[in-house]
Amino acid sequence: MKKIIFSLLTIGLAAVALTGARAQEINVQSEITVMGQTKPIPISLSGFTGEGAEVLKFDLTVQGFSFVTSDAAQYLVSGSDAGGITGSLTDKFAKRVLLSRSYNGASLRRQAHAFADDIVLAVTGKKGIGQTKIAYKAQPSGYGAGEIYVADFDGANAQRITTDNAIVAKPAWVPGRLALYYTSYALDNPDIFYHSLTTGQRRKIAAYSGLNTSAAVSPDGAKIAMVLSKSGSANIWVCSADGTNLKQVTYGVEDSSPTWSPDGSWICFATKHNERRRLAKVPAGGGTVQYLSTTGAANPTEPDWSPDGKWIAFTSQMGDFNICVMPADGSTPPSVLVGGQNPSWAPNSRTLAFDRAVGYRQVLSVLDVFTKQYKDCVRATGSSSQPAWAK
Amino acid sequence: MKLNQIVFPLALALAATLATTGCKHQPMKVTPIYGSQPAPVNDNPNSSTLNPGLPINNDGGPNTGGPIATSTGWDPTTMNQDRAALAANTIHFAFDSAAIKKSEDANISAVASALAGGANDKLLIEGNCDERGTSEYNRALGERRALAAREALAKAGVSPDRIRTISYGKDKPADPGHDEAAWGKNRRDDFILLHPKMGA
Repeated sequence: MKKIIFSLLTIGLAAVALTGARAQEINVQSEITVMGQTKPIPISLSGFTGEGAEVLKFDLTVQGFSFVTSDAAQYLVSGSDAGGITGSLTDKFAKRVLLSRSYNGASLRRQAHAFADDIVLAVTGKKGIGQTKIAYKAQPSGYGAGEIYVADFDGANAQRITTDNAIVAKPAWVPGRLALYYTSYALDNPDIFYHSLTTGQRRKIAAYSGLNTSAAVSPDGAKIAMVLSKSGSANIWVCSADGTNLKQVTYGVEDSSPTWSPDGSWICFATKHNERRRLAKVPAGGGTVQYLSTTGAANPTEPDWSPDGKWIAFTSQMGDFNICVMPADGSTPPSVLVGGQNPSWAPNSRTLAFDRAVGYRQVLSVLDVFTKQYKDCVRATGSSSQPAWAK
Repeated sequence: MKLNQIVFPLALALAATLATTGCKHQPMKVTPIYGSQPAPVNDNPNSSTLNPGLPINNDGGPNTGGPIATSTGWDPTTMNQDRAALAANTIHFAFDSAAIKKSEDANISAVASALAGGANDKLLIEGNCDERGTSEYNRALGERRALAAREALAKAGVSPDRIRTISYGKDKPADPGHDEAAWGKNRRDDFILLHPKMGA
């Protein structure tokens, strides 16, 4: 009996080693050179119809693939969505089947997202984002009262979280947990609430005189950075997850939109310096403010630090709003990518959720920053904005 | 029994790995997708009050000594809003600015006089922006506009403790239009006189 286990293990490990080597080979090929100018990976799709095809195209487009004919493709995806997703992935150049699988359970959409994740993993070696969630703000019109919603990252399966019919703002996830912080005017003041999505319970975290908004949860979930005006101007403050241990960390004339570095040591935020809008960072425990250069991207606001620490996405305003991304270390100037605002990084540090104007309303959209490809989320009526990607 | 429990799934997993890598054409591996995470739960829509949560110390932050801290010791729910009294004294701002224009001095004086005339009255200042800024930037700018009026009123002799500020950012336009005429009306501070509720 033992012998059989050992021989099985040996063969298994050999197989794992082989797939591992293959994944590495392909990684080198998709190395990033210039933000927004990376060539998408050509892939073809056959056999899928309706929802299955739609989900696969959405997920893979916003993770750097482009759909081409099988002649022009490096990777061939074929399969079927009849009675469940069944599919295979072939590397045409290497003449090798990388993946051959069928899925059951949950919904067809979930199965298609899972297949997309497996394709992303097989080709890039990175974990896919197909089964992740976003929270966002939805309003019947472009301004005024709204509610907080949670949905799949592509906008499907949207579920209303609040029922206050009040102005809401800036939902933020607790890392790794089904829980949100957000701003609500439900009590006639912009206050910050914590809301557990598993029990429905919520709790006031910051309700000081004046502004209480833009909660951002530290990567370890223990601290909240936010904007308060209790000192007489809108500044960044930090407190414990339950609202205690409050400490002011910035003292500018007008500070907004804090975001944490993934190691928890810095807070990047939007500020005004000599009456010009700037991005800056400050040690999370307080200290000297360092202004960041955003040459070529005027009036920066709404920074969001990528989970891998390498990038800061933000919105610049040069007439219209534009989504920009720059290296967090400032080594190269920002790239201006597409029209839109409120960028929020996906766990993969290459895809952004954002919102963009269609007429006078905002729609949620998802952008692959390396190839500049984006797709609008499932359309809801009214205006949807301020997406926050669960990480 | 215990060995079987470990060996059997292991053998299955390895067989599946071999099948995937070994066989080129036939899909063999089945990945079950379970119902996933628990679905998000709504707040109870029938509950009119929020869970009060932990007590929060309102006096914890350091005072920089520059601007006037916003902490006020009174409860706004004990006051009635009189939106008409000072509706004519709304002040307007230049684009992306929180500086109070010289031309608004008469409005600031009128608001100060109204507060001088009613010793028990208090004031709510609502700061607002036009739509040409990002949401949270505008929420900060609207607050700065409200706080600027509060400072001006303090200089005109009104105790800042009688004043609360609220920023609506671009969420409460006076004119929902999308041109300079509308934007000019929307970059504003509205002054709302607060009278004590009877018996409060």
